[in-house]
Amino acid sequence: MRIFGHKPTITAWVGIVIVVGFILIGIFAPWIAPYPEDQTFDEVGSYASPSAAFWFGTDQIGRDLLSRVIYGARMTIGIAFVTTILSFAIGIVMGLWAVVGGKIVDQILSRIVDVMLSIPLLIFALIILSLFGSLFTSVLGSLTVLVFVIAVLDSTRVFRLSRSVAMNIVVLEYVEAARLRGEGTWWIIRREILPNALPPMISEFGLRFCFNFLFVAALSFLGLGVQPPLADWGGMVKENAKALAVGGIGPLWPAAAIALMTIGVNLIVDWILSINARPSGASAEM
Amino acid sequence: MAEGAATGKTDKVLKITDLRIESIHGLVLVDNVSLELKRGEVLGLIGESGAGKSTIGLGAMAYSRGGCRITGGKVEIDGTSIRDLSAEGRREMRGRRIAYIAQSAAASFNPAHKIINQVIEMPVKHGIMSKEEAKAWALELFRALDLPKPEVFGERYPHQVSGGQLQRAMTAMAMSCRPDIMVFDEPTTALDVTTQIEVLALIKKLIRDYNTAALYITHDLAVVAQVSDRIMVLRHGKMVELGDTKQILGAPKTDYARALVSERKEADHLSQLEEVDESNAVLSVSSAVGVYETFVAVNNVSINVAKAETVAVVGESGSGKSSLARLILGLLPRKSGSVKFNGKELPPALKDRNKDELRRIQFIYQQPDVALNPRQTIGEIIGRPIQLYFGRSKAEVDKRVAELLVEVGLPAEYAGRLSTALSGGQKQRVSIARALAAEPDLIICDEPTSALDQLVADGVLKLLKKLQDELGVAYLFITHDLGIVRRIAHRTAVMLKGEIVAQGPTPEIFNPPFHPYTERLISSVPEMRTDWLEEVLSKRKAG
Repeated sequence: MRIFGHKPTITAWVGIVIVVGFILIGIFAPWIAPYPEDQTFDEVGSYASPSAAFWFGTDQIGRDLLSRVIYGARMTIGIAFVTTILSFAIGIVMGLWAVVGGKIVDQILSRIVDVMLSIPLLIFALIILSLFGSLFTSVLGSLTVLVFVIAVLDSTRVFRLSRSVAMNIVVLEYVEAARLRGEGTWWIIRREILPNALPPMISEFGLRFCFNFLFVAALSFLGLGVQPPLADWGGMVKENAKALAVGGIGPLWPAAAIALMTIGVNLIVDWILSINARPSGASAEM
Repeated sequence: MAEGAATGKTDKVLKITDLRIESIHGLVLVDNVSLELKRGEVLGLIGESGAGKSTIGLGAMAYSRGGCRITGGKVEIDGTSIRDLSAEGRREMRGRRIAYIAQSAAASFNPAHKIINQVIEMPVKHGIMSKEEAKAWALELFRALDLPKPEVFGERYPHQVSGGQLQRAMTAMAMSCRPDIMVFDEPTTALDVTTQIEVLALIKKLIRDYNTAALYITHDLAVVAQVSDRIMVLRHGKMVELGDTKQILGAPKTDYARALVSERKEADHLSQLEEVDESNAVLSVSSAVGVYETFVAVNNVSINVAKAETVAVVGESGSGKSSLARLILGLLPRKSGSVKFNGKELPPALKDRNKDELRRIQFIYQQPDVALNPRQTIGEIIGRPIQLYFGRSKAEVDKRVAELLVEVGLPAEYAGRLSTALSGGQKQRVSIARALAAEPDLIICDEPTSALDQLVADGVLKLLKKLQDELGVAYLFITHDLGIVRRIAHRTAVMLKGEIVAQGPTPEIFNPPFHPYTERLISSVPEMRTDWLEEVLSKRKAG
């Protein structure tokens, strides 16, 4: 089978199976999950061990962990994907514009980013979400605000990378040739630089995707991320962390889900990179 | 020469038998090559890029680059089969018994350490010498290599010395363990001719003084003629011919070797070019001054190019020839003077020029690899100027691209390929097609053939000549290669330190009376005689 004209490697298939599997689980969560995500089972109690009725056991207030992991897929993957894509769109466009747009544009954008980077990400997110969160939430909904805030903050990291990658490309002669030809800024960004800057950006995508997972988790823990009773993997790890102290294995299930998803994404990214590293036909006529 | 070492070691210090190196995809890079090297003997390996010269050179150390592997054959150094040794044993051999000198000295030195520390690292690490002994030996080598102030030379960092000096320092580094065999991989290719002659003389002296055996890899027959006793001609990883230097140069037996030799000889003759009407000036630069920050790169330069004329600008690196091109193109700010194009003053800055002015002057870069976007197809690359300047429809653009590809000698089907799938010569043809697509009056060529092999470069030059005859396009041709100038330029300007020191019709420039700098430049170009180097050096000493 071929995807976009390329045959996936075995490791790529593993990644595709994992990622597609989780996405399907997320989409069909209400049909797959044995129980609703917010139903508590007082008769079983909290931190119950796995059993026939509760395969993964129960969480800190007696909800079924398996169901919550399944519902969590929807929330976690959805938010992480959307924020990462958004942050890359913002970061790449700004980064390339800084490189091509001249010294003044570069200075302004870079200094704004420096200011944003100098404030710890989590604190910055906390301030923005607590100051403006409620204001916009009424209009846009809490998840949209969350996604947007994380994406903008995360895009500063993407900006730095795309700017430095593009710096090395913009001095190459084919870009100068385009300038000599009289091409405009947007054409140079889109056609000359972007295609050549993509490979390192794709590998960064895998990494940032995982960071965003954890960032959402951290915000959830502080009460500003995904709001209870909605389930998300990162939040579940935090909620159930105490189970380890009493001999339970509760937090390991969502943690394993995070790890598995991360590995899956990176396997696919590796494969895309290997295609990109050697444009088709590179070995012809050697 | 052969019996130089009567130390009981074998006479054949390096013996390679049926060496076979393949890429991981099964492509044969070196196909059963055998060679022998005696103590004090220099064997020249010559061929075009992709001939397997460097691969053999590294193979002599039982080393293969990433993506290749040695699949057969034997490599013996002083009777020890190096491929049978453990990884540890091979590492011991490398550097200590056999050393490698790469083309780019700048890439072989760590910029963060002083030169001396890098030169003495190997003997100290291998435990051959103490730190003091190694330093003393390095000093002796610096002296032998004629480096300035040898006592303190090593205290500098690699970026603080010139390219020629760094190349010599790398030779010292390779000699630091007193190896029996040295592998020189195009050690002078990146240097100017006037620097090359010095480095060549010193390498030759060093090999003779220390009775070292050497493999000398190069693409330039005239260079190899100066240093080697025997020459092996390689092509596509196979040996084509092996013989004494004099025999290969004088009476090559195979067709391929003959083509290489005659091609190189042709460069020494002035060719007859048709007369050009000088009054019909396309470009006229007068008293132009170009400045980078505070450095004056182009100083009071005046030069004219007429329709269908080729004007060569020659000079060494740093002489300001490329800066002149950038000034004309509007990339280097012009401080004073004027640049007229078709009689009309051109704005100094690129951004102030209109589309028509941009279209009429095209530029061809030295490195076709970076001049073409690796993620665009050939069709997109050539088609873009047509679309941008003439606003043709997709079908018309495609048709014109096909015509242009045929015009520059490439199959029209190449339009769908990525430029990365092409060889260097083919890429340069695509660059030419892209320039032609704009239908320019003037093409500025910045060393368009210096990154190409001899025979390929010859094809590109012939193409440029043909296009000039057909289309009447004018060339401002920047080069350091006097052989090319003799062949294609109607007029020549010699640049030194940002100024034009001599200018006139090419035959006048290349015949006495010379400007002293022109004479030095001309006399530094290696000739295909084995005694050329000695002759020039003794003449210079006398003069």
